Amino acid sequence: MNLQSTLAEVRDRDHVFSFLQPRHAPELDVGKNVLLYLEGISVSFDGFKAIDDLNLYIDDGELRCIIGPNGAGKTTMMDIITGKTRPDTGAAWFGQTINLLEMDEPAIAQAGIGRKFQKPTVFEFLTVFENLELAMAGDRAVLKILRARLNGEQRDRLDEVLELIGLKALPQMRAGSLSHGQKQWLEIGMLLMQQPRLLLVDEPVAGMTHQEMDRTAELLSSLAGRHSVVVVEHDMDFVRNLAGRDRTVTVLHQGSVLAEGRMDQVQNNRKVVEVYLGE
Amino acid sequence: MFLWRIMKDDRGGQILLALLALAIVLVPILNSLPTDSALHLPTYTVTLIGKYLTLALLAVAVDLVWGYLGILTLGHGAFFALGGYAMGMYLMRQIGDRGVYGNPKLPDFMVFLNWQELPWFWQGFDQFWFAAIMVMLAPGILAFVFGALAFRSRVSGVYLSIITQALTFALMLAFYRNEMGFGGNNGLTDFKDLLGFNLQSDSTRIGLFIASALALAFAYLLCRYLMQSRLGRVCVAVRDAESRARFMGYRVENVKLWIFTISAMIAGVAGALYVPQVGIINPNEFSPLNSIEVVVWVAVGGRATLYGAVVGALVINYAKSYFTAELPDVWLFALGGLFVLVTLLLPRGITGLLRSREAVS
Repeated sequence: MNLQSTLAEVRDRDHVFSFLQPRHAPELDVGKNVLLYLEGISVSFDGFKAIDDLNLYIDDGELRCIIGPNGAGKTTMMDIITGKTRPDTGAAWFGQTINLLEMDEPAIAQAGIGRKFQKPTVFEFLTVFENLELAMAGDRAVLKILRARLNGEQRDRLDEVLELIGLKALPQMRAGSLSHGQKQWLEIGMLLMQQPRLLLVDEPVAGMTHQEMDRTAELLSSLAGRHSVVVVEHDMDFVRNLAGRDRTVTVLHQGSVLAEGRMDQVQNNRKVVEVYLGE
Repeated sequence: MFLWRIMKDDRGGQILLALLALAIVLVPILNSLPTDSALHLPTYTVTLIGKYLTLALLAVAVDLVWGYLGILTLGHGAFFALGGYAMGMYLMRQIGDRGVYGNPKLPDFMVFLNWQELPWFWQGFDQFWFAAIMVMLAPGILAFVFGALAFRSRVSGVYLSIITQALTFALMLAFYRNEMGFGGNNGLTDFKDLLGFNLQSDSTRIGLFIASALALAFAYLLCRYLMQSRLGRVCVAVRDAESRARFMGYRVENVKLWIFTISAMIAGVAGALYVPQVGIINPNEFSPLNSIEVVVWVAVGGRATLYGAVVGALVINYAKSYFTAELPDVWLFALGGLFVLVTLLLPRGITGLLRSREAVS
């Protein structure tokens, strides 16, 4: 709000000043069955267009795989959705009521968007249990977390997730001493504790064995439905496995959508073959 | 029960609190023994230990923000000195007409500067309760405003360290000026009494020692309470992976702001207890070097343990007193050497060494 409009408002004696009115976070509305809208988004860093007029729609409960060569703008796209990077132009809406571009990272996270980083980032000094505890959905105000205690229901939820990510035997282990694959799983577990509506998963199987990859694919598929899941991945076998026959795959190239469709359609798309799959 | 809950996993803290309790009981007894007894503790030594305890309190405040939150503050001396000045102003007003110029209202330096009336910010400091509030409020407000600006604009790492350093340096220059009304480079001194008790008497000095020990114990419990809660784990999370915490929905800047402010208030209390025991407060306390030295104490004692900060402050300050008296030329080399050795050989400080012994056995 600029100074002029503020002054005009102060002179208007008939209404409560808008800066005095309580601000309500709008409720998530997915009435049109679309959870995430990205429209006409562009962003450039020092003249390099990382994202160029990107349009992407994610349905509620959908599992979407996004592939693309290095530098296609996959991570930048996630940065925009989670509030880390502001686009130069375009609109990003979560449901029909929440404007992501007006919010910062914590607000977006609390609105229900969770993110898993490319490099597994867990809190290495804390135990597995404490990592999950911190991730648990709940009030994040300073005074609230000072007094927070786990109740029975939350404890059950923690145990459930520990079981799911295969770390049930190691709740008191320092997260820093886990193996690479276990850290990946722990981070997925942390996402689950957050209970987000939309999960952004950046290269979840990097550094995993084939067995672990299969289990990860299984887990992500099982999450779709209750959550929407967006998976960015390099590993084609994994994407093929995850997308199956009927899920949508999006191919990014130079910051915009090159192709979108089922895996077999995308794989046979001539443009896609040229830039990515042809190798 | 509450105390037990927050202290039960903290062996070092239990020992520290037990030692403090022991000192509170034992020091007055040893001091009251006849002077020719072998166990007699001179009042000079009592005051010296009391001074160390206030410095340990400052170290705990620094460990809270550096050890747990990863904010390398090089300006905590500013909060310490502000608390000290608030206490000094009260002590100045207590002098009353016993000053050299005998002015019942104005402290000597104001008479000397030909001031006619008390500046507005000196009002109220004739009341102890007011001064006691200001001891915490002045550093608290400064830390809050500074932190709100710095943390909201996401200044971190070495840049933040440099700004904290600039903060204390700027305050030092400001307090050196006579026009500021804090006694210029002479500072505030020549105190007579505190709450009506003569500052030179043995019993007042014992009382100040006990107050310092109690303040240290209380602040330790407060910090431990904060750090064993989920808030404490969020602090560690912020220290180790700040952006992850942010993407998890934590308002990192608020967490930092509150802990930083609390820490500054603890530092203020430390300064307020320090001043009556050393008898002077001057702008030198704002010197950037002092703040850096505190960080060295914490590093030597062991970061992120709280009791490590106490150990570090006591060991180094004792060493400082010893070396400056016995081998004045060596002191700076000893301090430098100690820091190099600790960084190379004991990255987790002195207490880290003890803890790893414990883990092995």
